[in-house]
Amino acid sequence: MIGALGPGAAFYDLDGTLVRTNLVHVLLFYARNDRGLLKSLQRTAVSVAGIPLFFAAERVSRQAFNEVFFRFFRGLTADRLRLLAEELWEQVLEPALRPEAAELIERSRAQGLRQVLVTGAFDLAVAPLVRELGFDDCGANRLDLADGRATGHLVPPVMAGAAKAGWIRAYAEREGLSLGSSYAYADSLSDLPMLSVVGRPTAVNPDAGLRRVAREQGWPVLWLS
Amino acid sequence: MSVRLRGRPDAGTVFIDTDSAPRVLHCGESLLEARLPVGTRVVYPRPPIAPVSDAHEAIREAIENPLGCDPLPAQLRPGMRVTIAMDDISLPLPPMERPDVRQTALEVLLPILAEAGVDDIHLLVANSLHRKMTESEMRRAVGDDIHREFYPDRYYCHDAEDPQGLVTIGTTPHGERLRLNRRASESDLLIYLNINLVPMDGGHKSVTVGLCDYESLRPHHEPQTILDSDSYMDPARSALSRKCERMGRLVDAALNVFHVETVLNNRMYPPELAFLAKNEDDFDDRDRLKLRAARLALDRLPWSARRAFFQRLPAPYGLIGCWAGRTEPVHERTLARCFEQYAVAVEGQCDVLIAGVPYISPYNVNSILNPVLVQVMGPGYLFNLYRGRPLVRRGGVLILAHPCYDAFDTASHPSYVEFFHRLLPETRDAFELRERYEESFARDPRYVAAYRHGHAYHGAHPFFMWYWGENGRRHLGKIIVVGAENGYVPERLGWERAASLEEAIAMGRSHVGRSAEVTMLHLPPIVIADVA
Repeated sequence: MIGALGPGAAFYDLDGTLVRTNLVHVLLFYARNDRGLLKSLQRTAVSVAGIPLFFAAERVSRQAFNEVFFRFFRGLTADRLRLLAEELWEQVLEPALRPEAAELIERSRAQGLRQVLVTGAFDLAVAPLVRELGFDDCGANRLDLADGRATGHLVPPVMAGAAKAGWIRAYAEREGLSLGSSYAYADSLSDLPMLSVVGRPTAVNPDAGLRRVAREQGWPVLWLS
Repeated sequence: MSVRLRGRPDAGTVFIDTDSAPRVLHCGESLLEARLPVGTRVVYPRPPIAPVSDAHEAIREAIENPLGCDPLPAQLRPGMRVTIAMDDISLPLPPMERPDVRQTALEVLLPILAEAGVDDIHLLVANSLHRKMTESEMRRAVGDDIHREFYPDRYYCHDAEDPQGLVTIGTTPHGERLRLNRRASESDLLIYLNINLVPMDGGHKSVTVGLCDYESLRPHHEPQTILDSDSYMDPARSALSRKCERMGRLVDAALNVFHVETVLNNRMYPPELAFLAKNEDDFDDRDRLKLRAARLALDRLPWSARRAFFQRLPAPYGLIGCWAGRTEPVHERTLARCFEQYAVAVEGQCDVLIAGVPYISPYNVNSILNPVLVQVMGPGYLFNLYRGRPLVRRGGVLILAHPCYDAFDTASHPSYVEFFHRLLPETRDAFELRERYEESFARDPRYVAAYRHGHAYHGAHPFFMWYWGENGRRHLGKIIVVGAENGYVPERLGWERAASLEEAIAMGRSHVGRSAEVTMLHLPPIVIADVA
């Protein structure tokens, strides 16, 4: 019986769902703000040159994309990443936040749902956003650090595709939450596992693949600005 | 020519004889032809009343000679704040040929306001918990010029979930709290521009429903109110109307409302489909050819193309009346004219009632008639198209024709999917559905966001649609559907399925007896049966 379901949570993808930007914007921001003009120019040039590679890797899999993408962070210090995260929020993420996102989270919270961000971005970068939007928890990628510097790898499990669904399932079990009464919001077909694991999936500004699935499954589709 | 078998038929009814032509029924986006048993009574709509010769002039005349208040120009002063609220896409059905009557009325109203020095004017679509209209629909309703001047800052849709945009008007002695659109409520003058197509529309319902929030709808959009309405198409015997009137008195006390009500005739078919409103015995060769061509074409097209075909045919409605002034005297005149067009006298109830369900309802303009909306058309609206007594007797059988496809428009009706697939398998009891689930759907953040920021019906809307069928469901002994493409949609709605109309009638007779009186309601256009 639906009425017998326990308390749930609302799980949100970030890039393309709550914000109009994606991981590449984050990378370019960090590259632009590397120490010293020369380093900054060099890292920006390399990052821009890498964009076709990201697209190619994403066509293979989200996993492949992550492996290629996060190499570009190699050598950045954790302190620098943390420090720049505040500016990243103010200059990149907050302006790109969909105007309806905060209201969606607020109404969702009013329903007694735990608010949880589940993103392929890395934890240091999204920490200010998690704080400002009042998320209760966050499942994000973690950069592998050695001697205080990013190695260019992620600490497994890499948060993408089915791993997001696995993380949500484990989180719900740990926190005693009902997946049947939980919500998930995402924009991409790569997030299909995350959407499929909850009882109330919602496509937000979906890509063509997810749009097709949402139509077939009768899932609600939100078009936010 | 059919022989009238059973005494003298009422105007608008014929009886089927051995040489009668097959009757044509709408079946969603297709047409059925069926031979009805000899003796079947067929109730036809009245012919369209001739429209006024000059719609602008008729509206101007009403505005300058209002009922129960000063003429509009005398109420205006420079600098005042005026809101013109108007009915949404659900009226008229189907959408009318351009110019829409809203455009015609605005072309009269706006120059009067301008001449009086009123420039703080907002145009507000009174969509209540219906979906917000798209920009192209809004443009079509008021015409390009007015749209260009007002949209989007001063021409927009009501938002029943905007906490800043609503204001409490008061509470009735029965404890019913009314909250309305802030702009409309805080205006010096609220002009409501209504299109009356069926008698449940208009009057106090226009403002109290069209501009309210979810909480304000709950006292009357609930199953007991529908059960207490006999029928909700008969305002004098409608609990729904009585509750709206109670709330309307709060509006009259707090707001200055100038009501403009228009009545359209029932000329809903464009010339190429006008034969569908005729008695089939009167078809000429050209009508028969058109029918054959339409059936051949429609049967070969996919559902989406059939839908597009019908939805691209606007109705050539004509204005047959306009009154303005205080809500109650205006609505009294409107209703009288409305019944003049739609009421058909019928002698006695039947045991088995047949009706085709067309492709459109008030809730799926430019969209899909999903299973919950098919339901609201059957035991909801079609059953309630009566005054006096229901056309079908208590315990009788309703036979509907519709494909009952399991298709939903998730942009327009996202919460309908969950309602149909998750709730109905659990219970069809309207009271239980309201008690256990309505509020959680209404508060569901996805549905609120889809209503506010998209073009979706409110999360609670499928519940209202289910309640709308409550008096029909309780009254009828059986509902049988013909033409259903699957078995589970009818089953989930609590209906039975028949392969043909002949089989459905046989099933109906086995339920109510072999001597059953069979009646077919030949619509659209709409018929209100005055059952003696």
